[in-house]
Amino acid sequence: MFRYILKRLQALVISLIIASLVIFAAVEVVPGDPASFMLGINAQEDTIMALREQLGLNVSLWERYFTWVTGMVQGDFGTSYTYRTPVSDMIAERMVISLPLALYALTLSTLIAFPAGIIAATRRGSVADVSVMGVTQLGVAIPNFWFAMLMVVVFAINLGWFSAGGFPGWDAGFFAAMKALTLPAIALALPQASILARVMRSSLLDTLSEDYIRTARAKGLTRRQALWRHALRNALIPVLTIIGLQFAFLLAGGIIIEKVFFLPGLGQLIFQAITQRDLIVVESVVMLLVFAVILVNFAVDLAYGIADPRLRRART
Amino acid sequence: MTLLTIENLSMKIGAVEILHDVSMSVAPGEILGVIGESGSGKSMTAFSVMQLLPDAATCTGAITLASTDILAASESDLCTIRGNDVGMVFQEPMTALNPVKNIGDQVAETIRIHEPGVSKAEALARAREALDRCELPEDRFPLTRYPHEMSGGQRQRVVIAMAIARHPKLLIADEPTTALDVTTQAEILTLLKRLVTEDNMGLMMITHDLAVVSDMADHIVIMKDGEVVEEGPAATLYKDMQHPYTKALFEASSHQPDRNAPLKSPPLLQVKGLIRDYTLPREKLLKAPGKFRAVNDVSFEIRRGESLGLVGESGCGKSTLTRAILGLEAIQDGEIILDGAPLFTEGGVNPMARRKMQVVFQDPYGSFNPRWKVARLITEPFHLLDNPPTGLAFETAVDQALISVGLTPDDKHKYIHEFSGGQRQRIAIARALITRPDLIILDEAVSALDVSVRAQVLDLLAELSEKHGLTYLFISHDLSVVRTITDRVLVMKAGEIVEKGETESVFDTPQHPYTKALIAAAPRLPDDSPADIKETA
Repeated sequence: MFRYILKRLQALVISLIIASLVIFAAVEVVPGDPASFMLGINAQEDTIMALREQLGLNVSLWERYFTWVTGMVQGDFGTSYTYRTPVSDMIAERMVISLPLALYALTLSTLIAFPAGIIAATRRGSVADVSVMGVTQLGVAIPNFWFAMLMVVVFAINLGWFSAGGFPGWDAGFFAAMKALTLPAIALALPQASILARVMRSSLLDTLSEDYIRTARAKGLTRRQALWRHALRNALIPVLTIIGLQFAFLLAGGIIIEKVFFLPGLGQLIFQAITQRDLIVVESVVMLLVFAVILVNFAVDLAYGIADPRLRRART
Repeated sequence: MTLLTIENLSMKIGAVEILHDVSMSVAPGEILGVIGESGSGKSMTAFSVMQLLPDAATCTGAITLASTDILAASESDLCTIRGNDVGMVFQEPMTALNPVKNIGDQVAETIRIHEPGVSKAEALARAREALDRCELPEDRFPLTRYPHEMSGGQRQRVVIAMAIARHPKLLIADEPTTALDVTTQAEILTLLKRLVTEDNMGLMMITHDLAVVSDMADHIVIMKDGEVVEEGPAATLYKDMQHPYTKALFEASSHQPDRNAPLKSPPLLQVKGLIRDYTLPREKLLKAPGKFRAVNDVSFEIRRGESLGLVGESGCGKSTLTRAILGLEAIQDGEIILDGAPLFTEGGVNPMARRKMQVVFQDPYGSFNPRWKVARLITEPFHLLDNPPTGLAFETAVDQALISVGLTPDDKHKYIHEFSGGQRQRIAIARALITRPDLIILDEAVSALDVSVRAQVLDLLAELSEKHGLTYLFISHDLSVVRTITDRVLVMKAGEIVEKGETESVFDTPQHPYTKALIAAAPRLPDDSPADIKETA
């Protein structure tokens, strides 16, 4: 197991290096000079040159790459071209909303999907199965912003249980903050839970028809015991993969939901930065997201290793 | 005093009757051989005893296990009986174990399910005993081993240990050795016999292979289409079998197709010093990956019109050799020459040589695209030709190929799922024949077939060889089949040819210790079986 972890760590570092190179290169080839953008169209040539000097845009590409990477490693993401504030502060400000929101949505989606998928698989063809399949079909099909607006109308405007949007900050207390994140989390979780429940169902159905389930039954296990002791752990591998992918998406992909609920999250930040050619912010946020994705994949890999001893032999 | 009695058992799944009026019994310490081909209902009889049937199944009749009425028992009673009073061993040891649990936990589970009061440590200690009894010693097979770290035969021993951990009165073994090599098969059969004697346990041994049970069963039941067609004590059944099906089955098991030994002819295929290495996965990022030599310096030749057998157990390199001869994989050293032309040339596989051979694989289900019609399936090798036939010539080629394997031209419009296993293998042969090759490689081509179907396919192969002057490379783990259809035989072990010679002399007077072991392990029908069965069959 130790060697397996070491291998995965090795892969993690290599992916990070490659990702940083790609992101840096991609942002460099995007047309548009941040200095001229900041100074407007009527700026003098020498003013632009001076600003470029000040922003550190005049040194060679490699130097800029190394400054950027070494800065990031030390937690210094540079200074935003547009707002003149440290990028790390801007990201931190948004992360306190986006990260809890993503975790909240992921927890909800797992809590809904697991029981739904298990019930559907164990009672294949029953009313429960057909309803789970129908509802999840709908959950995948409905655009989540529309569902979000529907929830705002019902729970915020008509019933008044939740506020229609905005975030009071964590200073307002844990419950107040979580309450503000509840509707967005549900809106984010619905399509994810639908996909996850379907994956859980089909994976479990495959596993339940395996020979070792029959062996377990021949040992005297009841259907339920065979499911919990033998089928579930084997069925979990594809489900874990989907969860890993979903978390990465939830962290930054919630921009539409952030818009609907007026949440100043990471998605909004990256959107603003792109429109304002604030390349240093774009680079940093994208790098951070890549880091999050790679980290989550690493965690999923470790979970694989725990779930399936065959993978521990570190063949990849 | 009988242990298990099955009386007039009929079983339906939905409206389809699977078993009809089946009766048999097993006494303590007795071995009952239940023999039949696929679809005969032999496995379903076993699953009826366990009551592990599909949901739609209904049973009538009576199954009594040590005075318990199985058909009247509740599901929770059945859970107490399964694993405790009846143990079961299955055909596929590779998939019968849970891959994510270690063997200790899996064997201990049988004990803990039935004795909830037992501590985990004690259950594991008793699991250890059960594994020891199944000849998996602690130093080589600690309880923490996982199934993927073991071979098929070792896994089957774990499955047996799970089944006998609670010392059941009855053990049901459903084709326990079918997926195993002959030497492993012999060991597992010996183990089962020993356990039966030690525990005075009844054993219901289900198999398609008459030879497997011939020297171990006390009593034999022969099943066909869900019914028992013949039964009797093993000692006399082989001598005075009554039912025509039994005789046919017996004849098919040792079927000898009519074929003439070829004249001395020039070599068609020459393999010289063939080496095939596999690259192992990289251990470290910057270290050169290791190599595994699957085929090591193999040389042989096949004369035109000859049938050459290649035998060996799984992992010996015979499939790798097949793929190399077919040009599917690059070789590391050596030469393959087909009809005077080298198979590998500078630009890759030489199409002139490649089109002179075709292959038939083991799995008549998996080797066809299920979405294609037969006409398209069997004409696929046409891509090897420079000017493939079109229009009427195309249709004629398809019709002729189908007729030559005993099917009708109308079959070309059908899909593969509309055919039985034997018919599918005929279609695979038609596909191999359509380009009129000189050499056909038969890679375990009859291993998945029932004995009676196998006999028909072997006859067909012999007939086609006469008619079209075909040369066969016949690869199989089944010695009896190789013996009936080949002129010369090669014995392969660990990537090398350890013995070669005329088939009869290799089988009668094997020289290499490995060949001797293989032949000794192969199950054989009793020699004193009636001589007149061929006429009645």
